[in-house]
Amino acid sequence: MAEERRQKLCSVILPTESMKAMAESVGVGSLQEDSCLALSEEVSYRIKEIAQDALKFMHHGKRRKLTTGDIDHALKLKNVEPLYGFQSQEFIPFRFASGGGRELHFYEEKEVDLSDIINTPLPRVPLDVSLKAHWLSIDGVQPAIPENPPPVPKEQQKTDSTEPLKAVKPGQEEEGSIQTKGQGASSAEVKGSSAKMVPLMRMKPRSTHELSVEQQLYYKEITEACVGSCEAKRAVCVCNKCYLFLFQVRVNVVQNNLALLIYLMRMVKALMDNPTLYLEKYLHELIPAVVTCIVSKQLCLRPDVDNHWALRDFAARLMAQSCKTFSTTTNNIQSRITKTFTKALLDDKTQWTTRYGCIAGLAELGHDVIKTLIIPRLSVEGARIKAVMDGPVVSNIDKIGADHVQSLLLKHCASVVAKTRPLPDMVDQYKVDYGYLGTMLCSHVVKARAQAAFQAQTVNRTTLTITQPRPTLSVSQSGLSTSSGSRAPSIIKVPSSLTLMSTRPGTPTQPSPPATKYIVMATSAGAASTHYLPTAPTAILHSAADYTYPAMRVKRKKSLTTMVEDLLCNRS
Amino acid sequence: MAAVQDGQMELDAEKETKPEILSDGTSNLSGNTASGTLSSSPLTAAPAGGAPKMEDQQTLIAVLQFLKRNKLTDSVEILRREAGLGEDQEDSQATDGSGGGKGDVDGGDANSLLSRVSITSAAAPQSVIIFHSIIFFYSYRFGKVGGADDQPDVSVVLSAYSQQGDPSLYQVYYSGLKNFIESVLDCHRAELSQLFYPLFVHMYLELVYNNHENEAKAFFEKFSGDQECYYQDDLRVLCGLTKKEHLKGNEVLLDFRTSRFVLRISRDSYQLLKRHLQERHNNQIWNIIQEHLYIDIFDGMPRSKSQIDSMSGSLAGEGKREVNKAKVFHGLLKEPEIEVPLDDEDDEAENEEGKPKKKKTKKDSLGSKSKKQDPNAPQQNRIPLPELKDSDKLDKIMYMKESTKRIRLGPENLPSICFYTFLNAYQGLTAVDFTDDSSLLAGGFADSTVRVWSVTPKKLRKVKSAADLNMIDKESDDVLERIMDEKTASESKILYGHSGPVYGVSFSPDRNYLLSSSEDGTVRLWSLLTFTCLVGYKGHNYPVWDTQFSPFGYYFVSGGHDRVARLWATDHYQPLRIFAGHLADVTCTRFHPNSNYVATGSTDRTIRLWDVLNGNCVRIFTGHKGPIHSLAFSPNGKFLASGSTDGRVLLWDIGHGLMIGELKGHTDTIYSLKFSRDGEILASGSMDNTVRLWNSMKAFDEVETDDFTATTGHIHLPDNSQELLLGTYHSKSTPVTHLHFTRRNLLLAAGAYNSQ
Repeated sequence: MAEERRQKLCSVILPTESMKAMAESVGVGSLQEDSCLALSEEVSYRIKEIAQDALKFMHHGKRRKLTTGDIDHALKLKNVEPLYGFQSQEFIPFRFASGGGRELHFYEEKEVDLSDIINTPLPRVPLDVSLKAHWLSIDGVQPAIPENPPPVPKEQQKTDSTEPLKAVKPGQEEEGSIQTKGQGASSAEVKGSSAKMVPLMRMKPRSTHELSVEQQLYYKEITEACVGSCEAKRAVCVCNKCYLFLFQVRVNVVQNNLALLIYLMRMVKALMDNPTLYLEKYLHELIPAVVTCIVSKQLCLRPDVDNHWALRDFAARLMAQSCKTFSTTTNNIQSRITKTFTKALLDDKTQWTTRYGCIAGLAELGHDVIKTLIIPRLSVEGARIKAVMDGPVVSNIDKIGADHVQSLLLKHCASVVAKTRPLPDMVDQYKVDYGYLGTMLCSHVVKARAQAAFQAQTVNRTTLTITQPRPTLSVSQSGLSTSSGSRAPSIIKVPSSLTLMSTRPGTPTQPSPPATKYIVMATSAGAASTHYLPTAPTAILHSAADYTYPAMRVKRKKSLTTMVEDLLCNRS
Repeated sequence: MAAVQDGQMELDAEKETKPEILSDGTSNLSGNTASGTLSSSPLTAAPAGGAPKMEDQQTLIAVLQFLKRNKLTDSVEILRREAGLGEDQEDSQATDGSGGGKGDVDGGDANSLLSRVSITSAAAPQSVIIFHSIIFFYSYRFGKVGGADDQPDVSVVLSAYSQQGDPSLYQVYYSGLKNFIESVLDCHRAELSQLFYPLFVHMYLELVYNNHENEAKAFFEKFSGDQECYYQDDLRVLCGLTKKEHLKGNEVLLDFRTSRFVLRISRDSYQLLKRHLQERHNNQIWNIIQEHLYIDIFDGMPRSKSQIDSMSGSLAGEGKREVNKAKVFHGLLKEPEIEVPLDDEDDEAENEEGKPKKKKTKKDSLGSKSKKQDPNAPQQNRIPLPELKDSDKLDKIMYMKESTKRIRLGPENLPSICFYTFLNAYQGLTAVDFTDDSSLLAGGFADSTVRVWSVTPKKLRKVKSAADLNMIDKESDDVLERIMDEKTASESKILYGHSGPVYGVSFSPDRNYLLSSSEDGTVRLWSLLTFTCLVGYKGHNYPVWDTQFSPFGYYFVSGGHDRVARLWATDHYQPLRIFAGHLADVTCTRFHPNSNYVATGSTDRTIRLWDVLNGNCVRIFTGHKGPIHSLAFSPNGKFLASGSTDGRVLLWDIGHGLMIGELKGHTDTIYSLKFSRDGEILASGSMDNTVRLWNSMKAFDEVETDDFTATTGHIHLPDNSQELLLGTYHSKSTPVTHLHFTRRNLLLAAGAYNSQ
């Protein structure tokens, strides 16, 4: 410490060569060494003095950056004429030259033709200073609006999304803190929010959800409106639909009605593709529903036969799409989703179905996510799959699950490994690195490389334009044959994954802010939309099967199907 | 107004010389105490208004002689004319005080409301006060130190270093002392460690002064690392100083020389040190201690390291205990009784609120509160205050009505914060102020402009031109409305006039005027009716860092790079008081809520409280480790909060002159501090883009102000910043430049968005 300080304080003086060079530039030819030394010491001292004064002006100008203007003012204090022409904004306009064993920095003065200046069009007039007000805090709580910084600082977001393993920890603290503080105690909450911005999210108590009579009626009304013939009514309902959505999914998850879930997911897709709808408001309803479809333990009555895997894949893709579209620094969807998935993935007791969903969900988020979160887990998962495959047959369901997980992992990882791993592909090396799955992965990687090479040859080398095929999903309730048949090749993944921090520049300086996209919500709604998110999926994740709903049957299955068709028609 | 302008032109010509050092002697404080060596005897109170007339006369003559010697004949003339001294008197060394009589007459034209009344309030004759300010003024203006008291001259100051010792032995001496201090008992070590820094500086300067450059460098190399980290900035200045010639121009170092570094050491520790030095015959160090340090010895337990650290850090050591003994009337003035037109006003309110009963009682309690006289309050007419106009009374009524609707804040009930962001300011925003009723917002910018915004739907309008004003019916009821020119209505107005960055803005309480202080050395008064400049107050000559209106209007204070704060009245082009004593720039100035005192924060890392009546420094608060950039008085006038570049907020008890709290949390300079209207919450805004709220009530309640701490001045601060911190609110890369509580306790914050 002392050592550092001393270094910082040691007095630096200008080299005597500079003095000589400067003397020469003003026509003083031979300068004594002694006078050079004296001069340089004096000049260094004066420069330091001026710099110290300039610092004062910086402080009073409430800036962190010293400007040339500050130096000018400091010179003025010393009764020295300021230097003119150093008004450059950004960089120090010195040029470097060397020659004759001497090194020089000089200021380049260009000759400018006056007519050039006159003839150039005038630059745009800078915008005038303006004043804009927003709420930094309302009764001690900072609202999550674009004018305020994201509730979680950028660094934290980054660590959250890259290392969700660590992020699990604060979640546990959260539960503890809530137990002690209680939900209503505002002071405790404020304390928490001041100490850390994270624990703002309130864990929703795990409880049985009962649909009230009003909700049942509402549900009935909406469904009928959608199915019915009145066009105007239907338009109104589209938005309300989202509220309803969660109920439907919950109901169907409990009922294990795979067909309807698929329809519902397609409806979400349709809603999302519709550019005229502002879904931001309803994300907190939609996302838990979608996540449930990805990771629920059981989605159909006969998990050994039904192809619920396709539903999971589809929902995962849907999730990735909504992450891409809606994730901002304020709502932070993607990192929260990632966290949810990873948490489930790391849990040893997670069922194969859920595990499959998690991996699918993560994999759809892009290559970076695969690289950082899935590939390091390969060996662990491999061991687990091996245990099921080679071990005594416990149940057919487990085996099928493990099989699916294996193929999913191989499919997604192969392309990523092919890109990141240097040649050659040695089977042994793969085995060392990835364990049980190494052998198969190796062959997949080789295939992927060959395919990539093939594509590079056939397709134009400069640009590779691949229009993303709209994910389609055929409803096939029996047979495993179409497990991944309708999928788009995994190479054409959405490349955006970890860029969520920079997606929205968030500059309020823009004269025409992209505010139209935001729908400013009432505080309660805002709080709900942001706080509710991470909790619901996890709750569903862990205990989706535990939920008990009052038996509420959807009357006509046919009607729902038509409804979805209608929705799809609407957007075209 | 034309006359005023002319006067300034005249003055300008003479103000070119830069003061080399400030006449510290003229500040009543250290000048008188400078003669005392190592004495622990209580000092005589600073010569307030009652100082003998004779002495002043003599100092004045000394000033004159000094001026003559320096061939400043013009100035001699002016001074003589203004002071009313005849040439003969000066020659005869002024044995009689008849000049004072003349001064009464001539001083009359420089008379102010303030000095007029001081005849009645203070025992001092009028002339004394005038002389005081004149001496302040002249001795400052001509830079060189006059013969005031026993203030040493520049050359004298430096020659004090000329004593010769073997330069090579300095390191031995210093390390000898270091070894000694490190070997003493723990309880003494902390206290004696205080000696390191001043000794180090003085020994280094001695070496430099005697042209032992290499030895000085070696000395610095060896021991600079041992110094406390909060002296870094000074050490940086010091390390650049390697030549005798450098010493002459460096103000910081001259200050270090002219003002004795004050150390507080217990008697036991001091005896220990003395014995050691005498045993070793270590005269070199002993001489330095004798000549350059002031050791304030107290009886009792030695202080602990944390106690010492909390108080040290200023440029010239701690404040002497005696300094903070003067009585400060920190109570509030009695509210003028205003007849509230209860009938119709209340009816209205009843209709609005539907809770008529509650309102009535509230109002009554408010009234009774203001009638009770605070024992600590100054006399109502201690300093003359402007009379209330009808419009002021209306405003007071508005204020009372608003305050009944005020939200009671507390840890359970935090204020909402509305943030005003300046967009496209390109880093140019340097100062912000709100009016008390939160209707107007002013911003000072680095491009020399001042901009005024209306933050209510009511637009800003100018008064019509003179020709148009003649046309209107002056008898009509809405004449005030008619004089405004609708065509000029706009949301903001720009005031052009300064020629440098505007570092301070302040609205007058009646919202008719705006003050701005700038790098160009002037303070300007703007009319908010015509949106033109009315007066430019010249006097500082160097950048004016801050200015503020008195809470009652009329007076204002400014502080700047010339290391003085000045008290002005809007109708005088010369300052009424010059508060000299700070050793570095005065960075911020604040009026006490009762307008009798002014607090100034400085780059020398001290806060001083000045009595407006007699210009005395009545409090020195040390403890900050960086330049102070913000000050705030609590609404009851008892406490002061200060924020500095070190990111800490310190709380002070004005009555006892003690530090009572330290709020840690910010990571960068604190540029704004504000108490809520009831004083329950302290809000601080910083360069680190945060607004933080602190539980000031709790901080003040926990203070133990028993007699012991009050007399010894030893404080023991609880480290409870985290408990007191109620909330942290981050803005989006917008440093918080200003904070303001509306009358209903909504917190307004302002800052410029920084796009980088």
